[in-house]
Amino acid sequence: MTRGMYIRRRLLLMLPTAFGVTLVTFLMIHLIPGDPAVTMLGVRATPKAVAALHREWGLNKPLYEQYWLFLTRVVRGNFGVSLFYNSSATGIILSASLVSLSLIVYAVVLSVVIAVPLAVLAATHRNGISDQAVRAIPLIGMGMPSAWIAIMLILLMGLKFHLFPVAGLQPGVLGHLDSLFLPGLTLSLGIAPLLVRSLRSSLIDAFDADYVTTARSKGIHEYRVLIRHAIRNALASSLNILGLQIAFLISGTLVVETVFALPGVGALMVNSIYRRDFPVVQGVTFVLALAVILTNLGTDVVHSLLDPRVRFE
Amino acid sequence: MTDLLLSVKNLRVELATHREVVHAVEDVSFDLGAGQTLGIVGESGCGKSMLLRAILGLLPRGGRVTGGQVIFQGTDLLSLNNQQRRDVRGRSIGMIFQEPMTALNPVMHVGDQIAEGPIAHLGYTKKAGRQRAVELMQQVGIPDARRRFRAYPSELSGGMRQRVMIAIALACEPQLLLCDEPTTALDVTIQDQILKLLLHLQESTGVSMIFVTHDLAVVSQMCQSLAVMYAAELVEFGLVASVLPDPTHPYTLGLLRAVPDFDKVKAMLDPIPGIPPSLVDPPEGCRFRPRCEFAQEDCATGDFPLQFTEEGRASSCIHQVLCRNAAHADPVIGSRAAH
Amino acid sequence: MIIGLALAAPLITSYSPTVLNPSQGLLAPSLHHLLGTDELGRDVWTRLLYGARVDLEIAFLAVLASFVFGTAVGCVAGFFGGWADVVAMRAVDVILAFPFFVLVIALVFILGPGTKSIYIAIIATDWVSYTWIIRKEILSTKRLEFILAASALGYRPLRIIIRHLIPNVITQAIVYSMSDIVFTILTIVTLGFLGLGVPPPTPEWGSMMSDGQQFITSHWQLATVPGIAVVIIGIGLSLFGDGIADRLRVE
Repeated sequence: MTRGMYIRRRLLLMLPTAFGVTLVTFLMIHLIPGDPAVTMLGVRATPKAVAALHREWGLNKPLYEQYWLFLTRVVRGNFGVSLFYNSSATGIILSASLVSLSLIVYAVVLSVVIAVPLAVLAATHRNGISDQAVRAIPLIGMGMPSAWIAIMLILLMGLKFHLFPVAGLQPGVLGHLDSLFLPGLTLSLGIAPLLVRSLRSSLIDAFDADYVTTARSKGIHEYRVLIRHAIRNALASSLNILGLQIAFLISGTLVVETVFALPGVGALMVNSIYRRDFPVVQGVTFVLALAVILTNLGTDVVHSLLDPRVRFE
Repeated sequence: MTDLLLSVKNLRVELATHREVVHAVEDVSFDLGAGQTLGIVGESGCGKSMLLRAILGLLPRGGRVTGGQVIFQGTDLLSLNNQQRRDVRGRSIGMIFQEPMTALNPVMHVGDQIAEGPIAHLGYTKKAGRQRAVELMQQVGIPDARRRFRAYPSELSGGMRQRVMIAIALACEPQLLLCDEPTTALDVTIQDQILKLLLHLQESTGVSMIFVTHDLAVVSQMCQSLAVMYAAELVEFGLVASVLPDPTHPYTLGLLRAVPDFDKVKAMLDPIPGIPPSLVDPPEGCRFRPRCEFAQEDCATGDFPLQFTEEGRASSCIHQVLCRNAAHADPVIGSRAAH
Repeated sequence: MIIGLALAAPLITSYSPTVLNPSQGLLAPSLHHLLGTDELGRDVWTRLLYGARVDLEIAFLAVLASFVFGTAVGCVAGFFGGWADVVAMRAVDVILAFPFFVLVIALVFILGPGTKSIYIAIIATDWVSYTWIIRKEILSTKRLEFILAASALGYRPLRIIIRHLIPNVITQAIVYSMSDIVFTILTIVTLGFLGLGVPPPTPEWGSMMSDGQQFITSHWQLATVPGIAVVIIGIGLSLFGDGIADRLRVE
């Protein structure tokens, strides 16, 4: 199978899921107890405003027609009008997405920077003290709420030692890097333990693999064996774990952006919930699910580039 | 006799697994002349692969050499430090593995895998390394080498993969090639092609080979001398031409009887009854005794080292006469002896 | 041990977790108040213990319900295949496409605050993991000979599922459920932290953390302590899960 065919097939497989996601986001509104329009606008809403919303959402039409209406709007990228900002929800979500995207990329880079050396250390000194220590990390790390990590980082690195800013987003590239450091670190500490665990075990598998023995039989330097042969294979197999963790990172942005007062989609969702801004909540939910689907697609494509075997399975 | 290239002396290898220590190689000694090919035969798990890997210091995790020497061109390889050992690996001694699918890195172009050795040892630039890799691929009979350079192992057939493996092992023109069952994982027709390729390459480069296999037919096709290994020990050693028609150890005789012979009416296999002893705590006396048809009381105690007999042959059996008589009485083996 | 402490909470502490005592607010840790008091004068140690009851109870019950429901769906999908399988796996794919916490929080928001919403949101989101695991296991077990033999003997599907399949495929799900409980506790705590969890004044670790956050410079222990409690629970359950995994594997 060629690379192009593989990617096309994966895209086709993605469609039914994306379709299902629109269905779930659509039905969310109908799970609201009572009249959704009244709940959205609050009890003091004028009958006129309620009627207007009924018209906009087509609430008096049959369900399948409402869904069709919703689908056509979503395909055109229209999530309705924010009840709080009174402007297009899509625009608000898009501008917030950029902040979250850079935060997530930052977190992924940080977690790789943290996880790879630890995993290599553990795998090369198997059952030694460093290995035992590294193996204990997931045990502790898995149980840490990211809200708590955030508070602790603020307490230690922000307030005690004044190393990094603890709230808001500063302008400029350097300002971004600076103010996103603690939030990025918080998120990455959430996923690094799992990444370390999977990298360690795939590295150990790689060290025992025949191709590493072959590489050694060529008499090339041990660093080259490690980097070109062992780590590359281990990364290829750990990539899936990282891809799955993106969903976790996206969840994490809700807390982290709230704690660090960053204007991203996570904070937008939490704030819109406080403001009972249904169209924005619905839009963000949909966009985030779409992001997960696209990430999975992206992971598979990158994986197929790194490891040619997957295309043949 | 030609110049001595490799001399293994009293080599011992231990393999520590979860709970127990396996004595994988015990007190093994043999010599190999320049340009010669030695076959090492034995059942699975008799320690022949460990012996081969110990020569290059490529034992799996838990394995270690506990005694002996591996003298290659006058130097004991076991006394070298890591850097010196790397200089020998790939440069002076190449190795071919059994399973070409797993022995090649799945995420690296095969050409780059071939070029690694010359770049590391011969100071080739990346470009020159590529050039050399394409040359080697042509040499080992890979058609369309320039295009296949960028292939991944999964895109090649088993035979092509093993050719890549051979190109890797020969990339720096080593003096010695270690082959660990290089044809076992392949189809019979491909097997034959690979063996012919190796013979051809040996003629053109003069490389010496150690050929580990469980197939006596392969040994008679490829090798001048033969070492038979049973339960971590060598039990018989000698020239192929003298050992195969006239075995002096009952285990060698058993192996010969288990070879299907299509020339004769007798196409039935005679497997050796029983299983080899555990190498965790090997029994006293001759290790083949429980499975041996000629076993006597005196086989049960004492050591059974390899004893040299006439014309550079050696056997660990103390009742060689019984074995030879039985071999001569066998129509198939006996007829070979008569040649 | 923590579970024991939580159950015995009323015996261990003499304070009430909810009664306010503003005059005793923000006390430092002392013999009277082991971990001090919060801004409303409530004993932190007491609230920690009662909070454990709330968080653990929701997590255990929600995971149990997800486990039972997800396993049932997984069995049906894996065993019968066909339409049931297609529908179930589409649903699983779609729910897995949502980031877990995003879907939970959206559901809690829509259903309105309260413990009931938290249960529904977690179960609705969490069951898919079990369906996924069980279905995969069943597909590989179904081809084993003793299952084929049971089918050939003409046993009814329900009997085959209950007597032969489930005992063989349940291990993976049990092992997963251990880390799932930790994860669910984190979810509940995070909901509480964002103010969408168990409504006050019920003591809950997440809301304790966010309340304590305001006093982080002066009274760091208020926000720190509940987090440490979560970490300890996490380690305990992980070790317990590893132990169970080892024992199940041996058998």
